[in-house]
Amino acid sequence: MEKWPDNKAWFLVLPVVVLVCFSAIIPLMTVVNYSVQDILQPGMGFFVGTEWFERILHDERLHGALQRQVLFSLTVLLIEMPLGIAIALALPTRGWGVSACLVLLALPLLIPWNVVGTIWQIFARGDIGLGGAAVKALGLNYNYTASATDAWITVVIMEVWHWTPLVALLAYAGLRAIPDAFYQAARIDGASAWAVFRYIQLPKMRGVLTIALLLRFMDSFMIYTEPFVLTGGGPGNATTFLSQFLTRLAVGQFDLGPAAAFSIVYFLIILVFSWVFYQALEGMGKGASK
Amino acid sequence: MDLTWMAWTLPTAVFFITIATLLAGMTVWDLAQPSVARKGFLPIATTRGDRFFIGLLSGAWLHLAWLGLTDLPLWYPLAALVVWMIVLLRWG
Amino acid sequence: MKVRKRTLALGLYFVFLLLPLYWLVNMSLKPNEEILGELTLLPQNVTFENYVTIFTNADWYTGYLNSITYVSLNTIISLAVALPAAYAFSRYSFVGDKHFFFWLLTNRMAPPAVFLLPFFQLYSTFGLIDTHIAVALAHCLFNVPLAVWILEGFMRGVPREIDETAYIDGYSFPLFFATVFLPLIRAGIGVTAFFCFMFSWVELLLARTLTTVEAKPIAATMTRTVSAAGIDWGLLAAAGVLTIVPGALVIWFVRNYMAKGFALGRV
Repeated sequence: MEKWPDNKAWFLVLPVVVLVCFSAIIPLMTVVNYSVQDILQPGMGFFVGTEWFERILHDERLHGALQRQVLFSLTVLLIEMPLGIAIALALPTRGWGVSACLVLLALPLLIPWNVVGTIWQIFARGDIGLGGAAVKALGLNYNYTASATDAWITVVIMEVWHWTPLVALLAYAGLRAIPDAFYQAARIDGASAWAVFRYIQLPKMRGVLTIALLLRFMDSFMIYTEPFVLTGGGPGNATTFLSQFLTRLAVGQFDLGPAAAFSIVYFLIILVFSWVFYQALEGMGKGASK
Repeated sequence: MDLTWMAWTLPTAVFFITIATLLAGMTVWDLAQPSVARKGFLPIATTRGDRFFIGLLSGAWLHLAWLGLTDLPLWYPLAALVVWMIVLLRWG
Repeated sequence: MKVRKRTLALGLYFVFLLLPLYWLVNMSLKPNEEILGELTLLPQNVTFENYVTIFTNADWYTGYLNSITYVSLNTIISLAVALPAAYAFSRYSFVGDKHFFFWLLTNRMAPPAVFLLPFFQLYSTFGLIDTHIAVALAHCLFNVPLAVWILEGFMRGVPREIDETAYIDGYSFPLFFATVFLPLIRAGIGVTAFFCFMFSWVELLLARTLTTVEAKPIAATMTRTVSAAGIDWGLLAAAGVLTIVPGALVIWFVRNYMAKGFALGRV
């Protein structure tokens, strides 16, 4: 399906352009400006060139945060994507159960992020939380405020609890968009459940899974509020991810220059990842439609 | 309107004007002579705009890597970027 | 037998989903002595005191009104600018369309922490700090790209013959868009509004930074429960429960739209 070539369509996009200029371009320019100056107070800055960039690039704490971030994002993606698809496949397709399940699934998504942190902060505590107490009852020495491993696991479980429903809802939307005729044809051919999944359901879900994968990657990569409330980045630096490192730098220590320089590096990382994702999935789409 | 909070400096202003000029130039070029996606030495089929974007992004990373790994001035990667950009646009 | 197993697994997942929520509700109904004392699956001394505190104290309930105000504003703005843009992306090819689309998405991906500082400066310059519109505009950073993205997907599902027929019938673009096209993607608009509401409702970092008193969101008010005497767990849990309520209501209202929107490919 070819689109109509018409540059006048820019007029329809104009409101978005204006809004994005205000909310993205101007702030981004400001960040670039800050990144090359030592700002002592508003309106008083000295040009320092690329000093902040050099310092940030050699910062051990940043390297640590980046490693933890990548590991974290990969872990949650590996759990959430298959789990979300499995849930979507298991959801009922008709009857009253559909609405009930969808409403329940959407529930964690609408909880403010700091409340998600609070919920798990309470739930995972060994003394007053059901989850923590249950794990302790199993004889495990579990304490997310003291053990780095426990804190890490708790943050991952919280993230999975919080966001798998989004993957499930999107995958479910993709599944519902498959006409019954496809299933009937598969039944006539005597296709196995796996074949139906591999050759009908999975390709048809490609679009929504693209969205789910991109959304989940981006959001897990800039996770801030939930671990901030749950563990405060600790114990030590065990759950300090990139956004938290950045906020600490900008607000906690008011190091505007280094924070801005780091923001740019952060943004460039995100840009590369999303470009690669976008291209890979677009290429996959073209391959599948041939 | 007060713009001092944006803390403009000459180098960053030059940087943004350069980028804006390049983008405007690419737009005019594309209007005069629409680009068709083609396959070059890059693993994917790209339009001129795609190659320009890849060039800018790889340029940014080249500069960062240069800063992180060496102490030499940034003119070297800048020169390399210009060459790389031309190669990319022509054969990418 | 296989279907049974599947339902069982789904049931287990829902238990995992609901247990932490149940615990929050459970705790909000207990007095603090009981919370800190013994682990009880059901509250032994049911108390609504925590909720009473929230509903009678203006500091608490204005937080809700503030949040709802800026979230609604944001949803309206996002939809208003995203609808024509999504139409343009779904129907026309124009110079730089793909790059602009991708660049919009990068804004959706950009960590809010990056924009924290310049936003504060920008809104200070315009005297917008501590207003609802400031938070609503700030949240457009990630909601407008998302709205364009989702709407574009829905609009692509509408055959272009409909547009062509309407133009031949003499419809002008605005008339066609408002009376023919929008009703066709009603479900898509519902789903988009849901997502805009959701992402604006749950965001805290920007909302907290851009407000001080007048437009302070409920989520920021919650930090008040931490005092010198330690954390008031019961009150915190009650406030948490109440932040879930508006979201649950929204899901309830759009659930039919959601189901319809999700099944749109069939229509």
